[in-house]
Amino acid sequence: MDHIYLDHAATAPMDKRVIEAMNPIMTNIFGNPSSVHAFGRKARQYLDEARRTMAGSIQADEKEIVFTSGGTEADNLAMIGTALANRHKGNHIITTHQEHHAALYTAENLEQQGFDVTYLPVDETGRINIADLTEALTPETILVSIMYVNNETGVIQPVEAIGEILKDHQAYFHTDAVQAFGLLDIDVKQSGIDLLTVSSHKINGPKGIGFLYVSHGVKIEALQFGGEQERKRRPGTENVAAAVGFQTAVELSLDNKADRRQTYAHYKEQFMKQLSENGVNYAVNGALDQSIASIVNISFPGANVEALLTNFDLDGIAASSGSACTAGSVEPSHVLAAMYGENDNRTTNSIRFSFGSFNTEENVIEAANRVATIVKRLTQ
Amino acid sequence: MKKNEDTRVVVGMSGGVDSSVAALLLKEQGYDVVGIFMKNWDDTDENGVCTATEDYDDVVRVCNQLDIPYFAVNFEKQYWDKVFTYFLDEYKAGRTPNPDVMCNKEIKFKAFLEHAMSLGADYLATGHYAQVRNNNGQYEMLRGVDDNKDQTYFLNQLTSDVLENVIFPLGHLNKHEVREIAQEHGLVTATKKDSTGVCFIGERNFKEFLSEYLPAQPGVMATLDGVEKGRHDGLMYYTIGQRQGLGIGGSGEPWFVVGKNLKDNILYVGQGFDNDKLYSDGLIASDVNWINPTPGESFTCTAKFRYRQQDNEVTVTKMEDGNVHVEFHERQRAITPGQAVVFYDGDVCLGGGTIDEVIKDENYLDYVG
Repeated sequence: MDHIYLDHAATAPMDKRVIEAMNPIMTNIFGNPSSVHAFGRKARQYLDEARRTMAGSIQADEKEIVFTSGGTEADNLAMIGTALANRHKGNHIITTHQEHHAALYTAENLEQQGFDVTYLPVDETGRINIADLTEALTPETILVSIMYVNNETGVIQPVEAIGEILKDHQAYFHTDAVQAFGLLDIDVKQSGIDLLTVSSHKINGPKGIGFLYVSHGVKIEALQFGGEQERKRRPGTENVAAAVGFQTAVELSLDNKADRRQTYAHYKEQFMKQLSENGVNYAVNGALDQSIASIVNISFPGANVEALLTNFDLDGIAASSGSACTAGSVEPSHVLAAMYGENDNRTTNSIRFSFGSFNTEENVIEAANRVATIVKRLTQ
Repeated sequence: MKKNEDTRVVVGMSGGVDSSVAALLLKEQGYDVVGIFMKNWDDTDENGVCTATEDYDDVVRVCNQLDIPYFAVNFEKQYWDKVFTYFLDEYKAGRTPNPDVMCNKEIKFKAFLEHAMSLGADYLATGHYAQVRNNNGQYEMLRGVDDNKDQTYFLNQLTSDVLENVIFPLGHLNKHEVREIAQEHGLVTATKKDSTGVCFIGERNFKEFLSEYLPAQPGVMATLDGVEKGRHDGLMYYTIGQRQGLGIGGSGEPWFVVGKNLKDNILYVGQGFDNDKLYSDGLIASDVNWINPTPGESFTCTAKFRYRQQDNEVTVTKMEDGNVHVEFHERQRAITPGQAVVFYDGDVCLGGGTIDEVIKDENYLDYVG
């Protein structure tokens, strides 16, 4: 049985070219980029170049890029770092109920540290209402953190409109762009974004690296202490090989962005078409026309997430839903709960399918057929 | 006959050594083994970490050692509705419930079995110490060969239909052999302590746990002749035959719980382990399950009235309402309403029921509860 991967939003396989770019670094370049000798300088060259690519990918300046261990750390640094550094300006933070846990739990932690946090609702399309944001803003607000593309539903938030509103407000605008990066065109300056999170492994790069864009002038405290790396905002010896792999992944993602958007949109369409043709009863969660090409979140009335996912896996289909608790059992999705209410069946009968480099039209159709067989067996 | 490699067996894995070895043995026999962890209880520790985490983590590590897929399934709602509600109701009624029997009946061999079947399983396996025998299409349940670990007492509500789809890989083994197998294979659970007590209470204080769910009504502790001997903390905290925690001082033989008066909230106590009030010669059981058809309306067999007890000869007579009358050939001490009575013919477990009434000299012992 062929295993088919439909979980690219969780992580994506490394591109061969990424590995090829990393191999010589791991083989030959071992210096510490902070060292003041030839070995260090060589490593630093690669790091600088990688940083330049990151900056260029979002129209930022290279001094505005802070390498981190990944998306979670970047979200933590962005939110806690700015909250602590700007406490004198106010005590209020705005985020939403549909954030990734890396941001949501960070917000909850800030609440415990005494910050007031407003969690904006989302409607059934999965999007926030700009009027809610306007209403929630106070002179005390120092940070607004709203993700670019939701990782469960693929729904794109009105980032430009948020940036526009915050233009004349002291609050910084942070957005977690982990799912958006690589498929959407991102221009931090034009969109009024002050802080932006990107992760490498979602775009076929290596795991363990990401970056936070921190706009010039943003006051931010470091969360860890040690050396002078990343201009003291993120101490610790840099992972040069990973940075180079990340750089290659970014370059590749910029190269054929439009093509991939089209390809994945086609996969999504084919997948749903195949389910329909097989007579599967399903509904798409969130606004399909406002969602990213690579992600679709589908509710199967009468089914249950755990039985679905286990059956899928035993039949070679890798997909996912919400998040698992530490004891392995699947928790109802907080994102779908934010959209439909906590007791809605969609929070416990929905699956996220996400397309990417592993897929072909053939394996997407094959996957849809297997999914259809299982869903029909479980719901009839 | 399907080949083993084409036969899918879902193993209920708790993170303990028994279910780990059950999975290992099936894997060695070449089955298509799938490990599943059941999460039946929602509780978090002081750090907000789910208390089932450690056990699930052990399931993950063992399954990775065995190279079998693993999943978790959540039956919290079913467990609450079918087991915990029953558990509380029984305590409210002054009885001593057996949640393990109910969990096997309603969760492990019903909801979980259905889940396993929905995954295309041919069999469900668990680490219970019991055996299944196909006797011309009637599936019988036999005791595990390890007398000290035999768990058929808790499995008495299973039926032939269910047993047809069940494998107990440990039934022919002694516990020490199971540990040895685990050790030989370097399973991470090889030396893990066996769990004790009621699963959802865990290591916590039982009294404290129960008081979170049921209001305790302290009252009078007295002999059946009406002599007050002190106060009790709430009838639900005591069980028939209990000696500990009564706090009655003085000289002479120790004191025991001999009964409960729910209406007047009195705990009856009596002196001496062999106090006559603790003895009875029969019982009525309800919710009776026969694993296979019985030899007749009245027959002689052996019975256990609690886990790990020696077998006792009894005569079982079916009553019109489906309940059974059980006559003891020798009088029994501390028969406890709410507990299971389980019947055997040699090594074959015939089935069992819930003790409802305790009988002595042809009278129901009202004071027992």
